Amino acid sequence: MDENHLLINLKDIHFSYPGGREVLKGLSFSLGQGEKVGLMGPNGSGKTTLFHLIMGLLKPQHGKIEIFGQPVEEEKDFVEVRRKVGLLFQDPDDQLFSPTVLEDVAFGPLNQGKSVEEAKEIARETLKALGLSGFEQRVTYRLSGGEKRLVSLATVLAMQPKVLLLDEPTTGLDQETTERIIEILKGLKLAYVFISHNMDFMLQATDKIYGLLEGRLALEEEMVPHTHVHVHGYGRLSHTHTTSDDFRPGIERDK
Amino acid sequence: MFNEVFTEGDSLLHKFDPRFKIVIAAVFTLVLALSSRWCALFAGLLFSLSILVMGKLPVKGICIRLVMVNGLILFLWLLLPFSVRGEAIFSLGPLTATREGVRYATLLTVRSNIIILALIGLLSTTTVFNLGRAMVDLKVPRKMVQLFFFTYRYLHVIQLEYERLTNALKIRGFQPKTSMHTYKTYAYLVGMLLVKSYDRSERVRKAMICRGFKGRFYNLTEFHLGYRDLLLVSLMLLGVAAIGLLQWTRIIY
Ligand SMILES: Nc1ncnc2c1ncn2[C@@H]1O[C@H](COP(=O)(O)OP(=O)(O)OP(=O)(O)O)[C@@H](O)[C@H]1O
Ligand SMILES: [Mg+2]
Repeated sequence: MDENHLLINLKDIHFSYPGGREVLKGLSFSLGQGEKVGLMGPNGSGKTTLFHLIMGLLKPQHGKIEIFGQPVEEEKDFVEVRRKVGLLFQDPDDQLFSPTVLEDVAFGPLNQGKSVEEAKEIARETLKALGLSGFEQRVTYRLSGGEKRLVSLATVLAMQPKVLLLDEPTTGLDQETTERIIEILKGLKLAYVFISHNMDFMLQATDKIYGLLEGRLALEEEMVPHTHVHVHGYGRLSHTHTTSDDFRPGIERDK
Repeated sequence: MFNEVFTEGDSLLHKFDPRFKIVIAAVFTLVLALSSRWCALFAGLLFSLSILVMGKLPVKGICIRLVMVNGLILFLWLLLPFSVRGEAIFSLGPLTATREGVRYATLLTVRSNIIILALIGLLSTTTVFNLGRAMVDLKVPRKMVQLFFFTYRYLHVIQLEYERLTNALKIRGFQPKTSMHTYKTYAYLVGMLLVKSYDRSERVRKAMICRGFKGRFYNLTEFHLGYRDLLLVSLMLLGVAAIGLLQWTRIIY
């Protein structure tokens, strides 16, 4: 795709936490208009870190970040980025801070300059789309883990972003809710990147899947033939399991 | 402590406009802090008690809070009786307790308890968030309201973090004893609590920035004044005025 039409373009990013080992080692990544991309990788491989770099919450030691064709470096550049790119945090407890659900979902739109009435309307609609009607006055810190995750997703969607970065959006959700989220995501006319360890979900909701290994990204196009010693739904779709190597019969049985 | 248990209720007091609650709380505290005559203090006590009755608050919960506050007042009793000049009652080594000192400490104790009772009734029957919004309406500087709100919010975070950590200890069979192991575990607990709460608040801040936070909070619902609010606030103001009269005029000797 034409360089200028890339939504996100990272080049040769190096990053390490203060005093830590290097997490990203020359990573490059680009996301085009309307692309739906999955991101996999072992725990601690730097997936969350990558998202935080894109949002400007962390700064790379080396490398170039371009969002919507504009190079971004300083805090004020990222203010604009955050208006258009929505990040769903891995832990919903980080995302929710208002006392009631409605207030939390309306918080983003209000910051974008919407009127109170508009913001409330957007919040209600977003909640409805996620099947959360009736949750408006619930207290955020007394929701269940899965409910918190759905509400967090609503807070991000309510900002009507152009790009979504979803950090494990379906972890802790039941099968039915997961499927509803897949439907919602597929229906959205926007580009997204999401992190998940759930292969079935990945294959359904993305066009391509990247693997993050040893600080770099690789496209996982290659079909890896492997035998399965277990049964589950979606078995007809080709898929890989990250845990297949140390699969122990009877213990790590998929749904 | 941060579950806002008293906010769940349906009494007249719970429905009372939080802006008025704050005003009454401020005026009452001021008048009482200046009161020194017993008849005025007694009227103050009646005032506080009638508020608590109106809110139908559980006696046990109130007592627990009073005990906590009086734990602090205990320290006053260690200092005050010995540091006010006057007629000596008894001596402890180089320290001499005076009648005036004891009188003063008693006065402070009674006064603070009455004020606390009124504040429990008035302020703990409103959610902290609504109090914050009422403060905004009352033109309290925004920075102060934010400080107030976030202090509360993070105390809540620390409490949740604490519960998580103690649960982690419990499920692995930890039982406190007087041993090095126990002390070390507690030391870790406190250390982890601080570090984790700090990390958490940092992540919450980042999440807020991601949603375009620029230091402003918005109110979704407006408070509406009813005739009940006006009636109640007039009654309460009369009550406070009566306390003032008892203190500053000689209606009762
Ligand atoms: N605040 C931090 N300070 C220091 N090191 C960190 C910090 N956060 C993460 N790390 C380290 O950076 C590496 C990458 O972490 P990251 O959270 O990006 O992993 P991840 O791929 O999202 O993992 P997971 O699948 O478990 O969520 C890990 O080795 C982790 O220990
Ligand atoms: Mg992660």
